[in-house]
Amino acid sequence: MAQERILVIGGGVAGMQAAAALREAGFAPLILERSAGMGGHVAQWDRLFPTQTQAQAVMAELSSAAQGIESVTGCEITSLTSDASGVTALSADGRRFEARATVVATGFDLFDARLKEEYGYGMYENVITSAELERMFREGRVTMRSGEAPRRVAILHCVGSRDEKVGQNHCSKVCCITGIKQAIELTEAVPGVEVTNFYMDLRAFGNGYEELYRRSQVEHGVTYIRGRISEAGETQDKRIQLKVEDTLVGRPLRMTVDMLVLLVGMQAPGCCAAFGLPRQDNGFFAPRDPYTGTVLSPVRGVYLAGTATGPKTIAESLNEATAVAARIKQDLAK
Amino acid sequence: MDFGFTVNAPRAIYLDKIDPALRDKLIARERTTLLCIGCGSCTATCTAGQFTGFSLRRVQHLVRRGEYDAARRAITDCMLCGKCRMVCPRGVNTRAVLHALLQIL
Repeated sequence: MAQERILVIGGGVAGMQAAAALREAGFAPLILERSAGMGGHVAQWDRLFPTQTQAQAVMAELSSAAQGIESVTGCEITSLTSDASGVTALSADGRRFEARATVVATGFDLFDARLKEEYGYGMYENVITSAELERMFREGRVTMRSGEAPRRVAILHCVGSRDEKVGQNHCSKVCCITGIKQAIELTEAVPGVEVTNFYMDLRAFGNGYEELYRRSQVEHGVTYIRGRISEAGETQDKRIQLKVEDTLVGRPLRMTVDMLVLLVGMQAPGCCAAFGLPRQDNGFFAPRDPYTGTVLSPVRGVYLAGTATGPKTIAESLNEATAVAARIKQDLAK
Repeated sequence: MDFGFTVNAPRAIYLDKIDPALRDKLIARERTTLLCIGCGSCTATCTAGQFTGFSLRRVQHLVRRGEYDAARRAITDCMLCGKCRMVCPRGVNTRAVLHALLQIL
């Protein structure tokens, strides 16, 4: 009997793991990836919270698990339909893919920090995003645009998260611990640097996260100030001046830093609207049930895994990717 | 002639201008002060805080922001009973912080 074809839309960590698990379960997965390479956001990252493992180590394991699985890169799926016989996906360049079922593992987009004009991203040269800081860590060189090492860095939490003003009411979940991790790594990369994190609430929810938070304070001397920066301005020497309320002291606070890092959140990508599947208020795909059906969409033959349904950690995404293959096997055997 | 006008000093804390010496001295003496997350357990349980405006949570923050005068005035209200140390969820040695501040400030 020929192996049944299952489409996996998205070749990030969830898609790779889902494809590997589907092959293991006896199916013929086909990964459809929008960009030129596999690995999604994780492939761009340097080290991972909370253990500071290299992202490349996770990528290597997933690449080896997914080795030899058929994939099409540079293929953006713009439409997805389902009927009694299976699913049909159409790509932006007119290609058509048919299969018994599909896993939607389309992930997230990083919030475009330019929309928070008050922080000057894209205008002030020393305002960068958390993703850009990871690239600096990967290249082994953390500097201001001038090439000098920063002496003072501010990290701002919740940029594009928990913010009605940009239509992102949800919490992106992983930024708090990313900010803690990046603060530690800054002190390791730039000896003597002073790092201050500005937060609204610090949500260190996962295993080992609170421990990392403590370590950042007592071992690395990272300062945490509760208050959301209201605006950033550029000084004549290209440093960044911050305005914020220190809400625990109850006083306005001003400070100048050499670099401002914006912890950009997770946003639902365009495909969430294009596929015509039910969505949650935060724009991400809605699972059939938030407790017992997290990898099922309400539409027959369409399954969900990873951050397609909202912000998640790598481990959570990979667990869903494994679960989705088991669920597909169970459903198609009926 | 008094027209009844007053001039208010700016309320903002300018972190660029603070003198970090005393702050750093405290951190060197009692490093657990860095672990404060501002939960307020110490203040809620404080005996002195029932009758005065004393808040160790606030004092620790003031010192971190270089507001030594306000901190110096506040710590005279502490009775050194040490109840705060028994409730701190982060293990800040609050009584040692107070002792250090009484000597440093």
